[in-house]
Amino acid sequence: MAATSENERKTLNIKSKREGSGTVGAPKNIVYNTKDLNLWYGEGHALKNINLEIYENEVTAIIGPSGCGKSTYIKTLNRMVEMVPTVRISGEILYRNRNILDKNFKVEDLRTRVGMVFQKPNPFPKSIYENIAYGPKIHGIRSKKVLDEIVEKSLRGAAIWDEVKDRLNQNAYGLSGGQQQRLCIARCLAIEPDVILMDEPTSALDPISTLKVEELVQELKNDFSIIIVTHNMQQAARISDKTAFFLNGEVVEYEDTDIIFSNPSDKRTEDYITGRFG
Amino acid sequence: MKYVDAQQVQKKMASRLLANNVAKGLFLLATLFGLVVLVILIYRVVAQSIGWLDADFLMNKLSTAPERAGIMGAIMGTLWLMLVVAPVTMILGVGTAIYLEEYAKKGKLQSFIQTNISNLAGVPSVVFGILGLTVFVRALDLGSVVLAGGLTMALLVLPVVVVASQEAIRAVPQFLREASYGMGATKWQTIKNVVLPASIPGILTGVILALSRAIGETAPLVVIGIPALLIPLPEGILDRFTILPVQIYYWTIDSALVAEYANLAAATIVVLLIVLFLMNSIAIIIRNKFQKRY
Repeated sequence: MAATSENERKTLNIKSKREGSGTVGAPKNIVYNTKDLNLWYGEGHALKNINLEIYENEVTAIIGPSGCGKSTYIKTLNRMVEMVPTVRISGEILYRNRNILDKNFKVEDLRTRVGMVFQKPNPFPKSIYENIAYGPKIHGIRSKKVLDEIVEKSLRGAAIWDEVKDRLNQNAYGLSGGQQQRLCIARCLAIEPDVILMDEPTSALDPISTLKVEELVQELKNDFSIIIVTHNMQQAARISDKTAFFLNGEVVEYEDTDIIFSNPSDKRTEDYITGRFG
Repeated sequence: MKYVDAQQVQKKMASRLLANNVAKGLFLLATLFGLVVLVILIYRVVAQSIGWLDADFLMNKLSTAPERAGIMGAIMGTLWLMLVVAPVTMILGVGTAIYLEEYAKKGKLQSFIQTNISNLAGVPSVVFGILGLTVFVRALDLGSVVLAGGLTMALLVLPVVVVASQEAIRAVPQFLREASYGMGATKWQTIKNVVLPASIPGILTGVILALSRAIGETAPLVVIGIPALLIPLPEGILDRFTILPVQIYYWTIDSALVAEYANLAAATIVVLLIVLFLMNSIAIIIRNKFQKRY
C-alpha cells in the first residue's frame, strides 16, 4: 500500500519538477524517449514500465544496486540486449522520434549512431590504429588518408593521442587498463556517433584512470549525448546532469543530479544514496 | 577425551603409507605399459626397415621385385588425396562450425545436429568406405580415383574439423563480438574481422589433426577399391592411386608369398610415422603459439 502511494507521489514530483526546469533555459532536445518499456528475460521481469526522457548534450547517469536493471536498460538503447536469446520487449523507445524497437529499424544503423563503451576494456587483439579504424572500415571507408585523419581525431578526442601517437602500429593489448578503456572510447568516437552509451566504464579501472575517463566524459558532452551506468554514486554526482535511480527494474526517481543528491523526493532514493543499502 | 587417538593413528600409519605407494606404482605401471608397447613396436619396425629405407625406396615406383620397389606412387597418391581432403573439410567443416556457433538458434534442432556430429565421429571408418563406394565410386560413377577417395576421407574426418572449429570459435571472448556489434558491424563483418582471425589457430590445429588421421586411415580406401596392382603415378584428381597405409596393408598380406615384402611394409610404416609425427608437431606448435591471448 505504502509503495503505491509513494509511486504516485514520485510520478507527480517528476512531472512538476521537469516542467519547472524546462521553463528556466531553452528547452533541450530529447534524444531518447522511452515509453512504457517492459523487458523480460524468460520469465524474469527485468524492466517494468520504464518512462524516461533523455536529453541532448547532457550526461545522464543511471544508478542503482546490482540487478536493478540499469545495465539491461542501457543495452536496450542500442538493442545489444537482444543478444540474450530469451529476451522479450514491449513498449517504445523513440530515438530522435523513431521507434528503435520497430523491426524496420536496422540495429546496424542504430549502433552506428549510438556508440557503446563497455564495462571491461575490450580492444581487439589488433594494433591501436586498426582498433580505431575498425568502425570506419566496416562502414565502407577505404581511403588511407581519411582513415589516418579519423584515427588521429578520435584518439585526440579521447585524450590519448599523446600517449600512443608513436606506437600506433603496436598491439592494443600492450596498453594499460585505463589506456585501453580510453582507446575503446576513441574507437567509439571513430564512428562519429550521436549518443555514447557507457556501461560502468570505470569499474575495472584504478582511481587515476577513472578520473581521466570522468574528465573525458565532461569534455565529450559538448559534442555527444552521454548515458552512463555507474555503480559509483560519487561518480554520478560528479559528472552527470541528470540521474535516474533504478530499483528492481523500475525507475524510482529521475531528476536533475543536484536535486537527486541534495533533496531526493523518494525515501528509497535517499536510503540508497546515503548508503543504507545497495 | 580426544576423538583422534594418537596411538591408533600410529598403528594405521604404515598400511596407509603402503597403500599410498601402491597406488602410485599402479598408475606408473599403467603409463609405462603404453610406453613400452610403443617402444617395442617402433623398435621392431625400425629394425626391419634397416637396409630397405633409402632414397631409392622413396623415389622408386612400385615393383614386384622387392629390391626395386619404392613408394613414390603411394607418396604422390597421399599428396593428391590431401589436396582433395584439405579444402573440402576446411570449407564444409568451418562452415558448419560457424553456422552452429554463430547463427543457429540454441534449441532442439541445434542440439540434434550437434549430437549427430558427435555420433558421426564414432562411426567406424569402414562404414564411410561403403558410403564412398556406393555414392562416389558407383552412383556418381567416378571410379576408384583420387576424387572419390578424397571425398570419402573428407566425410570421415569432417566431424573432427567441425568439433575443433566449434571449440575454437567458442573460445573467442564474447566481449570482442560485442565490441564489433556495438559499432554497427553486421554478423558477417564480425565473423570475418573478429571471430575468424581469433579462432584460426584452433581451426588450423583441428584441420591438421584431421588430415593426419586421414593419412593413416586404410579401411575406407580398401573398400572403395584401391588397386594392389602396379598403376602409373597419379597426375590429377581423376587418376587411380594408392596411399601409404594401403601400400602397407597389401605388402603385409603378400609377405606370405614374398618374405621381403615385410621389410618394405616396415620401411613404409617408418615413413608414415615420420609424416604423422611432423604433422602432429606442427599442430601442437600452432596451438601453443597462439594459446591464451586474452
